[in-house]
Amino acid sequence: MTLTEPSAPVTSLAAISTRGLTKRFGSHAAVDDVDLDVPRGAIYGFLGPNGSGKTTTIRMLLGLIHPSAGDITMLGGDMPAAAAAALQRVGALVEGPAFHLYLSGRANLQRLDAADALADPRTSRSRIDAALDRVGLLSAATKRYRAYSLGMRQRLAIAAALLMPRELLVLDEPTNGLDPQGTREVRSLISQLNRDGATVFVSSHLLSEVEQVCTHVGVMRAGSLVAQGPIGDVTSAFAPIAWARTTRPDLAATVLTGLGMDEVTAVSDGAHGLLGDLPADLVIASLVRADVPVTEFLVRRPSLEDEFIALTGAGFDVSG
Amino acid sequence: MSVADPQQMAPTAPLQLSGKRTPAAFGRLLLSEMRLIVGRRRNQAGIGVLMVIPVIMTIALKASSDGGESGEGGPLFLAAAINNGYFVALAALGIEIGLFLPLAVSWLSGDSIAGEANLGTLRYLLTVPVGRTTLLAMKYLSLLIGAFIGVLAVALAGLVAGGIAFGFGPVTLLSGTQLAFAPALLRLLLAALYLTAGLGALAAIGLFVSTLTEQPLGATIATVALSTLMWILDTIPQLDWLHPWLLVDRWLAFADLLRDPVLLDTISRGLLVDLAYVAVFLAAAWARFTAKDVSG
Repeated sequence: MTLTEPSAPVTSLAAISTRGLTKRFGSHAAVDDVDLDVPRGAIYGFLGPNGSGKTTTIRMLLGLIHPSAGDITMLGGDMPAAAAAALQRVGALVEGPAFHLYLSGRANLQRLDAADALADPRTSRSRIDAALDRVGLLSAATKRYRAYSLGMRQRLAIAAALLMPRELLVLDEPTNGLDPQGTREVRSLISQLNRDGATVFVSSHLLSEVEQVCTHVGVMRAGSLVAQGPIGDVTSAFAPIAWARTTRPDLAATVLTGLGMDEVTAVSDGAHGLLGDLPADLVIASLVRADVPVTEFLVRRPSLEDEFIALTGAGFDVSG
Repeated sequence: MSVADPQQMAPTAPLQLSGKRTPAAFGRLLLSEMRLIVGRRRNQAGIGVLMVIPVIMTIALKASSDGGESGEGGPLFLAAAINNGYFVALAALGIEIGLFLPLAVSWLSGDSIAGEANLGTLRYLLTVPVGRTTLLAMKYLSLLIGAFIGVLAVALAGLVAGGIAFGFGPVTLLSGTQLAFAPALLRLLLAALYLTAGLGALAAIGLFVSTLTEQPLGATIATVALSTLMWILDTIPQLDWLHPWLLVDRWLAFADLLRDPVLLDTISRGLLVDLAYVAVFLAAAWARFTAKDVSG
């Protein structure tokens, strides 16, 4: 099964773009002034802890809930006016799988295929089986959904998104409930779909699950988008830290502050601060001139993981 | 965003408006809905209950008539069934329109939107995408079909049970004239359609209630409660000014189809009231559902 029509060249056109997207529940803004830019052809990792507004954002993208403010453009069409035409080219998994318990996996997909105005009933069977095969569920196709494990349910929801050729896949926590092997399979499926030409927008609260396949990331925290861009840019934007090991941390800290560095901190065995635009050799020379006994000097960039935790607060914090 | 941004200057791919659903595609969706309804065990059990009642009525009538009792009195049409099994079907409709048929329709309609919202399948239907208006129209049509199946099931079970117990013959109408069996069956079909129209109005109420909640059982109970309340109000003579506006008030007028000539006065007014309820509650359901945040 080919997943996309003669694949559109990867252009700089946005697959998803939002401006000032906001959703308020009462006085609380679950999503606050979010400007997403998801380029076509990207695998966009939409990251953030539980409760940071990822799912609410996705629900607005898919027209399930109405934004309190802001605009959404999807595949070149303005939502919600062009919702019907745009959504036909979007495969979606939203907030976990949901199917009829007493129907088999295949019958559940038949139901969704019957609901698709563009799906050809003559190819329904073969498309359904191809989608089931793609997620490794073909052998369990006739089993009732009730008897599916959480991992199988999750796979069925992914299969549902693959019933028709899609230009954009919106996958909300697709690896939820999957074991490490299943998680790897979903990752490789995402890469494969992307190679076939689909833009993939994938949310996760676990950075490590998607970091390896993403070309772009956006990080949500407490309803706001706190970082976004190509994954290389996002990491290189992380401010490098200069760190000196010394027996006189306070003196070192004074020197670093004197150089105009920010966030200077003295610790028991040294001092560190944000390097900023300063050349590292100037910092070392200044420390030495001030008679700071430096035994080790290091400039390092925080990893995406470090920064993710810094950006989003503690991993298990549920904000709002 | 600056005007000179090259990303914004690039031509946007035109979005072809292929969102229109052909009648065939709508039919396919409706068929899948009917499969879902008919394939459900609890609905099959419900149909079973609807069909058991005429059988029980037949047995009770047979037992009492064999014992030499006249069978006079009792529910509408039942006494006449001793001479002709045909009347069991009508008697069963008269009995079941009081509670069991409205219960069945409330059950289906309460579940229609709230059930999918409760399961979460609603969000997957909407993202397929199925337009909200299309979905509502499809759900309502499926309820009409479901109501008709329920009414037919009662009539058929009554015909079969009555036919076995009492046989069939020319049908003596309420006005005294006799009717051959085939045209009598046509009158029964018309009665079934008339009752379906009334139940269809109840289904519109149920569909509306179903858009208000994610608890299907709550929607069902509210709809049953409403239809039962209307029956109760309809029996209170002090409220006779209200009676013409009650949905259930003219449901039993299906008996007028068994007169010669057919009395259309009450029936046509009943149909108008049905239509008014359908219009009001479908509009309310549409207004509510198209504006609703689906977050279940």
